[in-house]
Amino acid sequence: MQEITTYLAPRRLDEALQAMADGAATVLCGGTDLAPQTESGARQYTAKLLNIRRIEGLGGIETKGDKVRIGAVTTISEIRCNPMLAEIAPVLVEAAEHFASEQIRNAASVGGNLCNASPAGDMIPPLLILDASVELACWREGAVQTRLIPLEGFFVSPGKTVKRPEELLTAVVFDRPAADFVGKFRKSGPRPALEISTVSVALGACIADGRLSNVRVAMGSVAPTPLRARHVEAALEGKPLDAATWAATIAVAVAATAEDAKPIDDVRASAWYRGHLVRVFVEEVLNEVRGN
Amino acid sequence: MKSVETEIRFKLNGREVCLTVPVTMKTLTMLRDKLGMTGTKYACGEGECGACTIKLDGQTVNSCLMYAVDCDGRELVTIEGLRTPEGLNPMQQAFVDHGAIQCGFCMPGMIMQADTLVENNPNLTREEAQRGLEGNLCRCTGYTKVLDAVDAVVEAKKCCGRC
Ligand SMILES: Cc1cc2nc3c(=O)[nH]c(=O)nc-3n(C[C@H](O)[C@H](O)[C@H](O)COP(=O)(O)OP(=O)(O)OC[C@H]3O[C@@H](n4cnc5c(N)ncnc54)[C@H](O)[C@@H]3O)c2cc1C
Ligand code: FES
Ligand code: FES
Repeated sequence: MQEITTYLAPRRLDEALQAMADGAATVLCGGTDLAPQTESGARQYTAKLLNIRRIEGLGGIETKGDKVRIGAVTTISEIRCNPMLAEIAPVLVEAAEHFASEQIRNAASVGGNLCNASPAGDMIPPLLILDASVELACWREGAVQTRLIPLEGFFVSPGKTVKRPEELLTAVVFDRPAADFVGKFRKSGPRPALEISTVSVALGACIADGRLSNVRVAMGSVAPTPLRARHVEAALEGKPLDAATWAATIAVAVAATAEDAKPIDDVRASAWYRGHLVRVFVEEVLNEVRGN
Repeated sequence: MKSVETEIRFKLNGREVCLTVPVTMKTLTMLRDKLGMTGTKYACGEGECGACTIKLDGQTVNSCLMYAVDCDGRELVTIEGLRTPEGLNPMQQAFVDHGAIQCGFCMPGMIMQADTLVENNPNLTREEAQRGLEGNLCRCTGYTKVLDAVDAVVEAKKCCGRC
């Protein structure tokens, strides 16, 4: 077992990245995943413990032009209570609303939720339908280097991402959604609070001239990583909202879920039940989007 | 497991505290074992039950998950800190008056959460209280009297205009 020999709580990003450059730092943000995982032995610390919550400029929610930027250490509570997000990306606020408990939301960060890379991470499907990217930073050749990775390509497997050990996730960014974009989120668990999602579905689309366009569908807990449901998206793209064809549109989209969702049996639910929930949720969110 | 220690300074119930903690120690362990403040309870140790709820810079968190090192430079309030020179604070008193306490083990966390909810929203509705207390489990009371106590505090604050 590794002994922690250094603790750092830097105020500047470049200091943090220099400390991470050897790839031997364990990043601590809200600790709501790190604490239980290390206590249970599921995860080991490395030689350095790096608290990123004191780094200036790593928090906050802001818009610049048509870009929206949410800093990595922004808490789920901050997202839940942000009036600007409520206006331009209410689907994120909705997901924050149903996240754990108030005590957890006050500590948990969006960056931690993404880096923990759980198939059930609740902020992930809404960010996927916003077509978000993550900003990764590291210290190389005497300077801070950053790269932007589409969130869809960020996750590799449960707990694994393409982020390198020397990289810090600094922000999640997305384009301000079009005025006619509607997004909805559904998660399920045996009780409404403090529940790891058995299945989650987010669906977003632009609604113009009575048709769906730019349809984006994302799912959690139906595969090793959260995913974009490309088959369901294709089944819905360009479809009209009129009453005559709506039931048929739903049926095609629901059928397409079988192509995207490949759930497993585990302690929380059977694969069969997950497949069923996905179908129900797709129908529900579609009706909500149409009703909007 | 061994880990390096570090010195932290913070405010605890209004008093400056300075101490050295192992960097993986959780705030709950620091409060109970290092500072002898046993009002804050340990139950699940993994963020599920809320017995360990404390207030940190005006917001509640589960102290069993929070690294003690992260208290550095911040302001903590525990159940011990709610007491006023006159005695119990209004939320504590309302819990007593409404019989909202049975075995009492969940109560330090429950009261910290309830008190913070009302502090941050003087017009808290019963439904909002119910949602706000979702992270606090109680195996005795059935919650009804807890919600009655919270309602009573909200009402009392409204009529005396102190909020
Ligand atoms: C009781 C309980 C209920 C929960 N309920 C939910 C729920 O409803 N929905 C849900 O999605 N999750 C839930 N979670 C999981 C957890 O709260 C979230 O995943 C949370 O967002 C993690 O954020 P954090 O800041 O606490 O991360 P930490 O625990 O600090 O970090 C998580 C991981 O990411 C790494 N990391 C953190 N930030 C960065 C960064 N900026 N760059 C690089 N690496 C980083 C850490 O090293 C660690 O591996 C729950 C957890 C508990 C204990
Ligand atoms: S002891 Fe901290 S939430 Fe249960
Ligand atoms: S009073 Fe016994 S657990 Fe709440």
